[in-house]
Amino acid sequence: MTQVLLNGLMLSGTYTLIALGLTLIFALMNITNFAHGQLYVFGGFFTYYIFGSFKLPFPIALLGSALGAALLGVVLERFLFKPVLRRSAREESTLLLAVGSALLLDSLALVLFGEKQRGVPDVVSGIFRVGDAYLPARRLLVFAVAVGLTAAFLLFMQYTRPGRALRAIAQDREAASLQGVNVSNYATLGFALGAALAGLAGGLLIATEAVNAGAGTLASIKAFTMVMIGGAGVVSGAILGAVVLAFAEAIGYYLFPGSLPYLFILLGLMVFLLFRPQGILGRRWG
Amino acid sequence: MNPPDARDAREPDAREPDARALPPNASPLERRPNILGVGVGLVLVAVLVPLLIGRSSYAMSLAINVTLLALISSGVWLTFAIGRINIAQGGFALLGAYLTAVLETRFALPFWLVLPLSGLGAALVGALIGWPILRLRGVYFSMLTLSLTEAARLAALNGGDLTHGASGIPNLPTPFTGENGYLGLYAVSVTLLLGGVLVLHRLTLTPIGGVFRALQQDEHLASSLGIPVARYRTLAFALCCGFGGLGGSLFAVFLQSVYPTSFTVTDSTNFMLYCFLGGLGQVLGPLVGSLGLFLGFQALSGLGAYQSLIYAALMIAAMMVLPNGLLSLRLPRRRDAPALEAHP
Repeated sequence: MTQVLLNGLMLSGTYTLIALGLTLIFALMNITNFAHGQLYVFGGFFTYYIFGSFKLPFPIALLGSALGAALLGVVLERFLFKPVLRRSAREESTLLLAVGSALLLDSLALVLFGEKQRGVPDVVSGIFRVGDAYLPARRLLVFAVAVGLTAAFLLFMQYTRPGRALRAIAQDREAASLQGVNVSNYATLGFALGAALAGLAGGLLIATEAVNAGAGTLASIKAFTMVMIGGAGVVSGAILGAVVLAFAEAIGYYLFPGSLPYLFILLGLMVFLLFRPQGILGRRWG
Repeated sequence: MNPPDARDAREPDAREPDARALPPNASPLERRPNILGVGVGLVLVAVLVPLLIGRSSYAMSLAINVTLLALISSGVWLTFAIGRINIAQGGFALLGAYLTAVLETRFALPFWLVLPLSGLGAALVGALIGWPILRLRGVYFSMLTLSLTEAARLAALNGGDLTHGASGIPNLPTPFTGENGYLGLYAVSVTLLLGGVLVLHRLTLTPIGGVFRALQQDEHLASSLGIPVARYRTLAFALCCGFGGLGGSLFAVFLQSVYPTSFTVTDSTNFMLYCFLGGLGQVLGPLVGSLGLFLGFQALSGLGAYQSLIYAALMIAAMMVLPNGLLSLRLPRRRDAPALEAHP
């Protein structure tokens, strides 16, 4: 059982990064970034090439993943979402565009990276014993980095000027604009930041397990699940949702074989949303 | 939902309030598409297609594909009409396909009984699931329905003896055998599609269509007027799932097999995109969208690995250039302009 709980804890670190990125984009622009899982896959492959193929240090690879995903995010925001948001505020337009961009990135990943499962050599070797459970050092490293990045993100949002601007936009776009916040530029920054978080999560993931080009959709579904559990657009909700999903997954895989755990998680999600459609910490929707 | 935008997704016949936006010299006749003419035209095309390409089984299989995709997408169109973006349709098509497979192989029922049962079964499950989840709105509903498609795949994968897991159910019996097999399947599909489109069209003219438009514009307002909102949106969703079940059932006998991956999240998103690119404002939108996008995708097959990449890029370009769908092309430009600029 210690092993199961430990697995859940380690998983919750990377999951938090994914959920935070998705919820940030949602809060700022009211866009569900359907391509979030694809950005995460791209992040994984950037680290694979920089660290695995070019043998550069792991921190540089992570930086590359973050910047690469952020760049993709900026391109999506500037060239797809912004023009469409300007033209029509119809919910369908942006959502379908988000879905289209997910398809585009999915096929782009397949063309660029091929169909193979990719992994990288151990970043750090060694294994720890915690009670009767085992903990590989690389998983601990990934968890520590993820927690550090989450803390850095929260501090950035809380105490810096851009962070304050982003929070102001999330609260009230027009009021923020009236206070002199350049909403357009900060929205791009927020989108880039959210994408970078997804990229970082991908870069961290490939240090512990293999990634393939088709993993994006499932990662998106996981991200949506976390955000729906916690409440969309709420930072604390994203973290809570990530922890809940990580532990549910760890316990599920311990109890049930194959793909059964996810069936139960998705069914459980539906039942949960019956009672709390806005998530645990979310504001009432609609 | 913003009422000024809602006009985009309305039926052509409900456009009277928008008539003011027309140039004064437009005659009233131009505003209303000639329903009888369109109907006769569609039937003619449906009959002409096999006459022209009936000899090529590849072309016939494309025609069957387009027809079935349009049938399934027409269901999604109805959920768009009540203001929901539904990404669960792949799941219900999968349900219909599995119902067909199980009823045919396990209970040895004839296909003509299995087909309606599959549609009804999918509609029933749709009503049961739809009743609670339709309380969610906007992106929540979309995210949950996307997860529902994945849940359907996982359910098929873990269905034990009933679904045979990943190996699926092959060698399904089909009534469409022999030389004219494709022709028969095409005839059934086209009949169902045109019947379905007619039902949707008539539905939008009845008071129920009015209720659906009210739901799309403002559920709270509709509810405060005494409309049993939950009942009507469940009805629309169940109908949608029924279309999915029928289409899935026909796909199962068309391919004579069903696997958990027969309909995936990608298919669910495609059904939705067919509606959108065809035009959410017209009942024929899904048909036009399926035709354009599916044939477009096939036409790009020479590109090999780049096929889906170019396809996705072209689709996004189409979304940006034609935000109201392909069917908006024939409308005069001045009609489109106010709809786009309603929200500067």
